[in-house]
Amino acid sequence: MSTTLPQRTRGHPLGAELGPVPMSLPRRVSVRVPVLVATALLLAAVLLGISIGPADVPILTVLGVFVSHLPLLHLHSGASRLDQAIIWQIRLPRVVLAGLVGAMLASGGASYQGVFRNPLADPYLLGVAAGAGLGATIVIVSGPHMTELLPLAAFIGAVGAVTVTYLVGANAGLRASGASIVLAGVAVAALLTAVQTYLQQEHSQDLQQVYAWILGSFNVATWSDVLLILPYVTLSAVVLLAHRRLLDVLRVGEDEAGSLGVHATRVRLTIVAAATLGTAAAVAVSGLIGFVGIIVAHTVRLTAGSSYRVVMPVSMIGGAAFLILADLVARTAQAPGEIPIGVVTAFVGAPFFLFVLCSKRAQQGVR
Amino acid sequence: MNKALRRSLLSLAMSSAAIATAIGGARSAGAAVPTSNGTFPVSIHAANGTVRLSSRPTAIVSLSSTATEMLYAIGAGRQVKAVDEYSDYPPQAPKTGLDGNQPNVEAIAAYQPDLVVVAGDTTGLTKQLGKLGIPVLSEPAAATLDQAYQQYLQLGEATGQLPQAKVEVTSVRSQIAQIVASTPKPTKGATYYYELDPTYYSVTSSTFIGRVLGLIGLKSIADGAKGGASSGGYPQLNAEFIVKSNPDYIFLADTICCAQTEETVATRPGWSNLHAVSTGRVVPLNDNIASRWGPRIVVLLKDAAQAVDRARSGQR
Repeated sequence: MSTTLPQRTRGHPLGAELGPVPMSLPRRVSVRVPVLVATALLLAAVLLGISIGPADVPILTVLGVFVSHLPLLHLHSGASRLDQAIIWQIRLPRVVLAGLVGAMLASGGASYQGVFRNPLADPYLLGVAAGAGLGATIVIVSGPHMTELLPLAAFIGAVGAVTVTYLVGANAGLRASGASIVLAGVAVAALLTAVQTYLQQEHSQDLQQVYAWILGSFNVATWSDVLLILPYVTLSAVVLLAHRRLLDVLRVGEDEAGSLGVHATRVRLTIVAAATLGTAAAVAVSGLIGFVGIIVAHTVRLTAGSSYRVVMPVSMIGGAAFLILADLVARTAQAPGEIPIGVVTAFVGAPFFLFVLCSKRAQQGVR
Repeated sequence: MNKALRRSLLSLAMSSAAIATAIGGARSAGAAVPTSNGTFPVSIHAANGTVRLSSRPTAIVSLSSTATEMLYAIGAGRQVKAVDEYSDYPPQAPKTGLDGNQPNVEAIAAYQPDLVVVAGDTTGLTKQLGKLGIPVLSEPAAATLDQAYQQYLQLGEATGQLPQAKVEVTSVRSQIAQIVASTPKPTKGATYYYELDPTYYSVTSSTFIGRVLGLIGLKSIADGAKGGASSGGYPQLNAEFIVKSNPDYIFLADTICCAQTEETVATRPGWSNLHAVSTGRVVPLNDNIASRWGPRIVVLLKDAAQAVDRARSGQR
């Protein structure tokens, strides 16, 4: 849909053509440096994530396990079967899943903020969390033999909620601002949360299970969870990355974007659909982890620039790094006990974000 | 205050309290050993204050599944008029839709009870029912067997069944002693992982169930959890820590809530290497029995002891 648009041409000097706009659109955006920095951060996070854990496996053993899993080499690590299982089947899938979910929540948040031109937008804005929560609660209260359906139900709930929100909101006028969609999202989320709360209170013996799911955790992450969400996250990431320049155009406003030949409604629908699909898949296996969607993208904007050519890829990589590190804290700070990861993302993330906000506010706009 | 707001605040408080009970739980019973001989009127010093009963209650409403089991065990079953929706034992208990976690004062009052027994008063039930002249007796989750025994006696005193309550306590005590005596103590600190749910919430050795299992020489792997004490002895354990700990026994107290079995445990990634899994020392327990501190604790201890027996005698 976007191939006919002149804005897609490489290095288009968007800022120069638009003249003075409310937000400063940098004429030249350096993408390479922030991406490299974020990638280095991600690599460090992954290394820390796989080498540290409550099980206290020596780092050489960890490396040995990795070497032994290299294809064609047939090397034996010398690690015990137990240590191999801990590293390869418990710790590694947890790190990978946290990375995928973090990448998705951060880039989903960045997309929603761009589409709705609202700095407070997060990936749960249109009802993903409420819908997923309702889906998960229905499965949990339906009895013990349904639990395998939990990710599917959460996914369907999330996608369903956003679909309803979009259909209602898009038909309600106020097209230019997208405000009606956001308002519809608030109403849909409130309705679904009411049903969810009713169900959980009616089945108070299941309260702990519902509560544990809502808090979010990677404690039971497996490779099958990774495989389950990989297709959706990949598809979503590809679409969002492909639309990063169009998100820059949308930032100037729908009418202006229209005058530049961008079919704003269609672009918005595509981006929202992609962000929702990925977020719904992420939430389905991780529960409702808050805050990632807001702070990562804003931290990127404040430190590396506000063009979506930077924000989108760097949020994706940085979000993965952030959630891997947050999960590292969640599983080691009180080891061998677990801390809900949502607590960590807010407790560590909020002060960090405030710090970035205060130190950079004078230089750049928040949006 | 706005009525809807008040209700939502109330339900928020109730749900957090219920969560605290579900996740955390074992608070000290704070109960004193009854001194009266079972005559009326009687004053009982319970966890929710002094409870005065002018005559022997004959229309008891029990909102605690453990109290229901205890009431029937001490011969006060015929005095029970209604029990809450989770009181599934004994089967003849008059189960109703009442919910002990979110008690509705009007619905309880409709049974015209002369005594209401709860497992904890988090919603001001004592005060509310007090206005209607209905006494409430709180018997919160026991942290030790002694606290549980005190609750039998307290319920015995409240129902005029003190002699039989004493008999029941003696019986439970001797059954437990018998199981403990006939179970060979593990040579050196045998460990267990006790599973409350499939996200690895567990118990430390200082919880009620931990103390019971401690009687046959078993120690929880969760004892080292820093969050163990702050979470009331019910921490969520890290998956790799459980596997690394390689416990001698795995007790599943999530067979009913979450359909966990020896088979489902064996299919968890990495778990097939566990000693307990490969030697058949995964012990399924009845969640309902395991979460209560009533008379059927004997059944639970017997199940655990049999597993230890089998392991010791090398049958498996």
